Order: sequence, then structure tokens, then C-alpha cells
Amino acid sequence: MTLPDDRTLTEAGMAPAEKGRILLIACGALAREILDLKAANGWDHLDLTCLPANYHLWPDRITGAVVETVEKHRDAYDGIFVVYADCGTGGQLFEKCKELGVEMIAGPHCYSFFEGNSAFAEHAEEEMGAFYLTDFLVRQFDAFVWKPMGLDRYPELRDMYFGNYDRLVYQAQTDDPALDAKARDCAERLGLAYVRRFTGYGDLKTALARL
Amino acid sequence: MAEDEIILSELDDEELVLQMHDDLYDGLKEEIEEGVRILLDRGWAPYDVLTKALVAGMTIVGADFRDGILFVPEVLLAANAMKAGMAILKPLLAETGAPKVGKMVIGTVKGDIHDIGKNLVGMMMEGAGFEVVDLGINNPVEKYIEALEREDADILGMSALLTTTMPYMKVVIDTMKEKGMREDFIVLVGGAPLNEEFGKAIGADAYCRDAAVAVQTAKDFMSRKHNKLAAG
Repeated sequence: MTLPDDRTLTEAGMAPAEKGRILLIACGALAREILDLKAANGWDHLDLTCLPANYHLWPDRITGAVVETVEKHRDAYDGIFVVYADCGTGGQLFEKCKELGVEMIAGPHCYSFFEGNSAFAEHAEEEMGAFYLTDFLVRQFDAFVWKPMGLDRYPELRDMYFGNYDRLVYQAQTDDPALDAKARDCAERLGLAYVRRFTGYGDLKTALARL
Repeated sequence: MAEDEIILSELDDEELVLQMHDDLYDGLKEEIEEGVRILLDRGWAPYDVLTKALVAGMTIVGADFRDGILFVPEVLLAANAMKAGMAILKPLLAETGAPKVGKMVIGTVKGDIHDIGKNLVGMMMEGAGFEVVDLGINNPVEKYIEALEREDADILGMSALLTTTMPYMKVVIDTMKEKGMREDFIVLVGGAPLNEEFGKAIGADAYCRDAAVAVQTAKDFMSRKHNKLAAG
């Protein structure tokens, strides 16, 4: 499968290749990581379709869009797996998936499952003031953070948004010095301390390996 | 000076109030401060400046946010402008004995540092005549209970932005029940991942999807409370 560019993944998502027994319905922000895992492990039985990654900014759109996608494709596959965590849907996505009889990846959000849900939960209290970025979000920082928050137009709003945060944690899925440097710059722009943490694919890999 | 620049002091009262609605919409803090001072100088009661110029303007902002015409950054700028105007009015409101509709204790729940929505609600509640005691962020249940008792409040407002922290609201409500104090307070909850079902499931009186709804809901509950008291 060919990986669309980040802009396409952000705004339009990705259609399935229509090859494979199991369809993954994922957030566009996870496309690269899922295709990397698929290629590295020879998971030819998995097909992938992605919803626009910018639903991250409007979590109320996620549940409906997932339901629609499940209904559209369910007859063409033996099974469907939803690669969204709760992602700000307040438990609604979980309830709908249960109703539809499809499984989804566990966890509150991708920051948690990339690190491993149990490890993330263990330090959640200590890291209450952490603002997380993944590889995708570092690459797309302007489109997902800087511009939607209006910081390009109203820099004076920065401390209203980030005044209670104390650090930016870059959860690195890959070792990429350019992304590390970019993430450091993001932290500086937000006025936060910088922490890089290599997570790899965490629970994403184990969840997909079971399918 | 540009030819079309508006001189606020040259506008009559009605024009000035409309202009202040526009300036609030555009988040023009200094213009709002100037407009507030002009109206006060013209002998307006602080309460009238607050309700007719600021709250009415912010209500338009709130409606356009709800309808997807305005977005969070613009709402925050408008809120900053309103806050600046309120900073001038607040001491005067206390002196002139503006009507007090009720008292609210508000705070973000334990484990959560997000306060933008909570701050907007607090500000709009103040604008609507409520006294607001803001507990800030990351509040454990003891802090809410202690504040409700100490302040003799009417309303508890709880906010959360995270799916992982919103269940803590139930901890607070359950503790209020255990202490036999749940029925003494109106409990309103809000935050991006919440919904009406969640509000009902945890035993809140209402889920409020935005600041305008929070104000209206609080007013409705307060008038019901007064009616109940009047009926004995």
C-alpha cells in the first residue's frame, strides 16, 4: 500500500487497498506507523483505511465517522479492527464499537498506547503537566497545534493555553534526529521544557500482532 | 489618524454599546476598557455597563462559537477583552450592591490541568451576577467539599478535559452523597469529552455544553430553588 502525504492523511484520510481479510479503521495520524508494522511483519492479511487525522481537533466527529466506515466495509472483510483509542469521545466510541460487534485498541489516546497503557497510567499523575507529541504530530505541529490554536495570529494566547503545562514530551516512534530537533523547537515555541522519550510502537504493535 | 477611525467618546450611548459589542467580538481589549470608562463617566450604573455592554456582547460571541462561526482563539481574545472590562467594574459592582443571583464554587478535577472552559464559565457566571469561587485546577474531592461548606455556596461546577479524569466527578458527587450534602447543592458539569448521558450517569444535575448553557442552567436551577423555598 502507498502512504499518502501527511496533508492528505490530515484532511482526507486514506482508502483501503481492498486486499486482506481484516480491515483496520484508523486515524490518519497512525497510517505511517501501521504500514511500517505491516511491512516489517509481513501482515498481508491486514488492509488499512484511515479517517482524516484532523478529527483529532474535533473528537465529536470520530464516533459517527467510524460507525459509517464499519457499515460501509463490513461485508467485504472477515473482520474489522478499529485503531482509535477513546480519543476524547468520552466512552462513546467504545459503546458504539460494542454495539457493532467490532473491537478497538485499548487506551485513552495514542500517547498512552504508544507508550504502553500500563506504563502510561503509572506516571499519569506525575506527568499531569506534560503536552505530548508523536512523530506525526511533530511533523504536523503547525497544522495540529500552532494554527488551530490561533498562535500564528495571536501569540499572546500561548500562556492561556499552555500556562499550566510544564513540559513537552516527544514520544518518538522512530529514531530521527531531524524530528528530535523539530520537537525541541516546538517545546521552545510553547515555552515548555523538552523531553524526548523513545516509545517505538508500544501497544499498537501487540494489538495488531494478535489479529 | 485614519479618516474612518471611530472615536468612541463621540458616539451616543446606543451607538457606543453596539460598538462595544463589535469590539468585544474582535477581542479589542483597550477599546473595551475605554468604552467601559466612557459609560461610567456618563453616569451609567456599573451593573448596566456589565450586562448591556459586556455580557450582551459576549452572548453574541458565545452564540457564534456554538454555531461554528467563531473558534476558540477568537473566543479567548473576546474573553480577555471582557475580563479587562470586568476588572474595572468589579470593585464598583461591590460598592453599588449589584444583585447577587447565587454563589458557585468551580474547579477542574483532580489530575486535570485544563482550565480554559472553566475560566470562561466562571467569567460568564460573574457577568450574570453570580459570585464565583474559583478553586483552579487539579482539585481533590476534599477541596471541593471544604469550599462548598466554607462558602455556603448554591452551585458546584466541575470541569474536565480528559477521558481519564472525567470519572473523578463521580467520586466528588458520591462523597457529597455519603456526607448527606448532595441535595444542598446544584451540581453542574462540563468539558469537551462529556455529554448529557455521562452527566446523568454520575448523578449531576446537568451537563452544560458551553458557558452560555451553564449560565442559563444555573439561573433556571436557582429560580426553581427560590420557588421551592417560597412555597415552603
